[in-house]
Amino acid sequence: MNYRRWAPALTILGTLTLGSCGGDQGAAEGGEILIGEYGSLTGTTATFGISTRNGIDMAIDEVNAAGGVLGRQVRVIVEDDQGRPEEAQTVVTKLITSDQVVAVLGEVASSRTLAAAPIAQQYGIPMITPSSTNPAVTQVGDYIFRVCFIDPFQGLVMATFATRSLGLTRVAILRDIRNDYSVGLADVFVENFQAMGGTIVIDQSYSEGDTDFSAQLTAIRAENPEAIFVPGYYTEVGLIARQARSLGLTVPLLGGDGWDSPSLIEIGGEALDGSYFSNHYSVQDPSPAIQAFVSAYQARFGETPDALAGLGYDAAMILFDAIRRAGSTEGAAIRDALAQTADFAGVTGTITLDENRNAIKPAVVLQVSGGQLVYVETINP
Amino acid sequence: METFLQQVVNGISQGSAYALIALGYTMVYGVLRLINFAHADVYMIGAFSGYYLANSSLVQTTLGTSVFAAVVVMVGAMAICACVGMLIERFAYRPGRSPAPHVLPFWLGILGAGFGYQAEGGAIPIFFGSSVGAMVGFFLERVVGIRPERRYSSLKVLIVAIGVSLFLENGGQIVFGADPKFFPQIIPTRPVQIGGLSVDSQRIVVLGVAILLMVLLNLVVNYTKTGKAMRAVSFNIDAARLMGINTDRIIAFTFALGSALAGAGGILVSLMYPRIDPLMGIMPGLKAFVAAVLGGIGSITGAMLGGLIIGLAEVMAVGYGQSTYRDAIAFVILVLILLVKPTGIMGKGMVDKV
Repeated sequence: MNYRRWAPALTILGTLTLGSCGGDQGAAEGGEILIGEYGSLTGTTATFGISTRNGIDMAIDEVNAAGGVLGRQVRVIVEDDQGRPEEAQTVVTKLITSDQVVAVLGEVASSRTLAAAPIAQQYGIPMITPSSTNPAVTQVGDYIFRVCFIDPFQGLVMATFATRSLGLTRVAILRDIRNDYSVGLADVFVENFQAMGGTIVIDQSYSEGDTDFSAQLTAIRAENPEAIFVPGYYTEVGLIARQARSLGLTVPLLGGDGWDSPSLIEIGGEALDGSYFSNHYSVQDPSPAIQAFVSAYQARFGETPDALAGLGYDAAMILFDAIRRAGSTEGAAIRDALAQTADFAGVTGTITLDENRNAIKPAVVLQVSGGQLVYVETINP
Repeated sequence: METFLQQVVNGISQGSAYALIALGYTMVYGVLRLINFAHADVYMIGAFSGYYLANSSLVQTTLGTSVFAAVVVMVGAMAICACVGMLIERFAYRPGRSPAPHVLPFWLGILGAGFGYQAEGGAIPIFFGSSVGAMVGFFLERVVGIRPERRYSSLKVLIVAIGVSLFLENGGQIVFGADPKFFPQIIPTRPVQIGGLSVDSQRIVVLGVAILLMVLLNLVVNYTKTGKAMRAVSFNIDAARLMGINTDRIIAFTFALGSALAGAGGILVSLMYPRIDPLMGIMPGLKAFVAAVLGGIGSITGAMLGGLIIGLAEVMAVGYGQSTYRDAIAFVILVLILLVKPTGIMGKGMVDKV
């Protein structure tokens, strides 16, 4: 069936049937504003989904305490997609058609957002992903936005950091060949690092789920690099760091935001000391807005917020800001207001959405040191 | 040259992991002519038993990080795996061979426990669910008279083996959770330099323990009375029974021994690669199976040799080729060996009796 042709008819039908029995649900004036959220609350990336939900919950409680949006209270309906793309499609369809939410927040992983975004686009419901960095995500359509930077920018940040701040000229690459995020990041890093005069001494790969990296690391060791760029996820990075040290490779590892997890230190331990990765924000950033967020989060959830919590908070706040400016909860009006977001002071930096609905914002570089993540510097776009 | 030697060292340490798992496959096959596909999942259970034992307060507070703690954890996990192996043999494989009551109560009891867990999740619902399941099982077995069919064909046994394997993998995801866990470092680790080569102290320990276990296994099989009985059962099960050997007990012992080895393998591999999850057994299990076939299934020395060859081939494929060939190489070897010498390197030719 051609959804695009049928969508308006279905929406009207849905509004008539559900709206009449549902009473004052999301679309109705004067009642609560309903927004939807979907994420991996269970499964292998459960910490991603839980942190994001915590951040969004904080934003909602804050805005409700301050009188709500357009004089109405905001309520979020959370759905668990178990980290599976097909489940993400199901729950987003439910949020839009059955719960009648005015906007959708989510997902963390690009693969899941890519699966669900076409549904939001078809129904004309704005979707903001807090932390999907793959460039293809917002290319789905004009209702899809993000509040994080995209992969090419992260690659550029680490190439800039490696050449300017660390003065490196010889770097090895170890990429996850089965992961679009990792391959994209590695490609951009290689391109920019070489343009800045550096040499890539060797380009090795592994596959997500591997546990033995000694063959690749031995090949890398033979080339004597000054650092290894490993743009993977935290589980493999921790194992890679351990095995590199036991092979006598002591050079620092460099990486991207896929490293950001409390488990990184648990797996990698001391082996990661002295390594750097780019991230969305640092809890050590002295700016008062960040410190207020960090202490409020700690008081409520008893742990330090990771970047995903900060991005979830920002995504929700940007949505409320757009609804306020739009003066309406109608999908197209929110979309137009979102597209005009400029210089929004978020926890994860000052956010401007460009014409491709991507956020233009700075990145931070963090160093792993003694089991802690230490803020090193901020790199602006 | 130094890089090449380092790759050889890497390959041997990877191969010793495969060899340990391959031993269990080969032993059970040697005795029963059965590929026990659940073996790789017993290996997973070994790793998780080790994880929970090492994190238990008893080991944490009284033993800390020491070689003694590692031995306690390993022996404990091996004992748990031996019990699991015997249960699998008793309730999945034996019913097809000799009279084995209580099969239905056992499996329906587990099913009931699963329902209890899904519905409420406490100890009482689980106990209640499993009691109801077991009672239904007794009713069906005793009153209705549903008994497992005796004399399975070897194809049926193979399907049962795959079923047990899927049961353990998916049950593991419910009981342990699907997210990866990090195996505690119970043996302190430091790089050891030998000439230009560096090896993790842990890997030396792993290789040493693997060799020790293989020597012990050879002693048990070749120089004890039980070992002699095992070889007799392997040679001709009916003749062995006629000679007064309690074949069911010998087979149960074989499963216990093989599963204990899988448990030891689970701990040793988790020490080297400290990430464990309920599906961790699948890939190493398949590769160890290839190693057992390559070495000549049924041969203990062959399993060791096959494991080392697969480990080396993999590391060389990654080190001098493409990392994506890693999983392909083992199966290419399997195809080649089946074409060229189907009995494997150490295998003896077998003539099917008609």
